[in-house]
Amino acid sequence: MYKVEIISIFVENKPGKLEKITKLLAEAYINILGFSITDARDFGIIKFLVDKPKEAYELFKKNGFVVALNPALGIEMKDKPGGLYEVVKFISSKGINIENALVYVAESREKAYFIFEVENFEESLEKLKDNGFELLKLV
Amino acid sequence: MFWDQQLECIEPERLREVQLQRLKEVVKRVYEKVPFYRKKFDEAGIKPEDIRSLEDIKHLPFTSKTDMREAYPFGLFAVPLSEIVEIHTSSGTTGKPVVAGYTVKDIALWAEVMARCLVMVGATKDDIVQIAYGYGMFTGGLGFHYGAQKIGATVVPASAGNTKRQIELMKDFGTTFLACTPSYALYLTEYAKEEMGIDLSTLKLRIGSFGAEMWTEEMRKEIERRMGIKAYNVYGLTEIIGPGVAHECPAQQGLHVWEDHFYPEIIDPETGEPLPEGQEGELVLTSLTREGMPMIRFRTRDITTLHREKCACGRTLAKIERIKGRSDDMIKVRGVMIFPYQIEQAILEVQGVEPHYQIILTRPHYLDEVEVQVEMSKEIFSDDVKTIETLRKRLEKKIEQTVGVRVKVTLVEPKSIPRSEGKAKRIIDKRNLK
Ligand SMILES: [Zn+2]
Repeated sequence: MYKVEIISIFVENKPGKLEKITKLLAEAYINILGFSITDARDFGIIKFLVDKPKEAYELFKKNGFVVALNPALGIEMKDKPGGLYEVVKFISSKGINIENALVYVAESREKAYFIFEVENFEESLEKLKDNGFELLKLV
Repeated sequence: MFWDQQLECIEPERLREVQLQRLKEVVKRVYEKVPFYRKKFDEAGIKPEDIRSLEDIKHLPFTSKTDMREAYPFGLFAVPLSEIVEIHTSSGTTGKPVVAGYTVKDIALWAEVMARCLVMVGATKDDIVQIAYGYGMFTGGLGFHYGAQKIGATVVPASAGNTKRQIELMKDFGTTFLACTPSYALYLTEYAKEEMGIDLSTLKLRIGSFGAEMWTEEMRKEIERRMGIKAYNVYGLTEIIGPGVAHECPAQQGLHVWEDHFYPEIIDPETGEPLPEGQEGELVLTSLTREGMPMIRFRTRDITTLHREKCACGRTLAKIERIKGRSDDMIKVRGVMIFPYQIEQAILEVQGVEPHYQIILTRPHYLDEVEVQVEMSKEIFSDDVKTIETLRKRLEKKIEQTVGVRVKVTLVEPKSIPRSEGKAKRIIDKRNLK
């Protein structure tokens, strides 16, 4: 299945928060593949793409965080000018709304992926696959 | 319907005469019979003869819950113990319980005022009254029991707890009238539906009398819908007699106080001064006719408003609004009284789950500011910042509508608000009010 999973964590905007979260992941030997931070006034949501999403989810829950695990899609971006534009244009041509996004550069450094959440995962996946774009498979 | 129409619709002038006569008698009686009161009156420099009008009541000292604890166990009784036929207690959160003693006449009075409550909302001798308040030292169970028997109804003394049996009794006996706490009423409907597949609104229930805890109009509507009944508010306290001090009438717009027996005043909880009619403050009650343990100006700590305009039901007796909070919890913000309970209700309405919250008061520029911190929970979490921000704004708006003061809501991480044993510390007052 062409599916990746994204961890979302609620955090107050306080110094040392990101440090505490990343330390938890490091100590559990969970590798961060990509992340994004969205800020409101007093709080934010940190999103992670990790190599062991289920473990990371349980880890945060156990440590008292409010956390969600959501399915997301990943599409390969060509390493050339306009690579991201091509991908975004393709997604919107299918009438799909990008809710949140982050970028994942594969370990080999040869490939980069545009990772994004959508409202209806299954439906969006149907619309996107077999269209000449490579979808990422991590789960 | 009326239990004693002549009395319940008495001319206000006539009522005041009765009240004054009874006040004079009770003040004289406690001064002679209860050393506790004699000492207090002497300290305040007041003699029973000084009570010449109802307004003079304001010269009498208050009686507090602390006074009652100090008088534990029988220090406030006005008759020899041999005349006391029943004792109840009300447990406090700290220290000794409050003790109440009843003579034969007191029990008859209790039955009389409870009978007025029940008949007022339409109960008759044909009703099957299930009492799911606790029996025992708590006054809830027996208070309803005496009243329901007095009107000749069929009493089902189920007492509190054993939810499955409660519902079986309701169904098998055809209970028409239910008395319990409002939260238990809601729990009963859930339990019946989820565990037993019974919709309580299909049973014979028609009236409910709920009290012993604070509740809201929203809860009333919910109970009425789920049970298919009319739900009424009952008020009372062990110090005065138990349930039956006041009860709602069919107008469902406030609770009539049986003020020929229980004289109500509203005071400013900070200064102790009586407040004019229609102003919100602390309810103070004097039991005019109790024998075993008369109470003079008991500070209930309950916050409400007293109204005297004639009611749609025809009764002339004063009404109190539903209890809005406890004066111990009251905070004054920019001159407005607010209660943590109101804020809790507002949050509950918006997010649908019991909130963990804290109220922080500051005064940065000579003006009070209120911050309400609400813990994020998995029930309300969204992985989208915009959605959470919308929720935050809705919370601010709802709280402002409820308490009448603008507040700032901050969403904080779970478990970040300190839990202390028992009661959570809801208010952090950082204002320097010196
Ligand atoms: Zn009325």
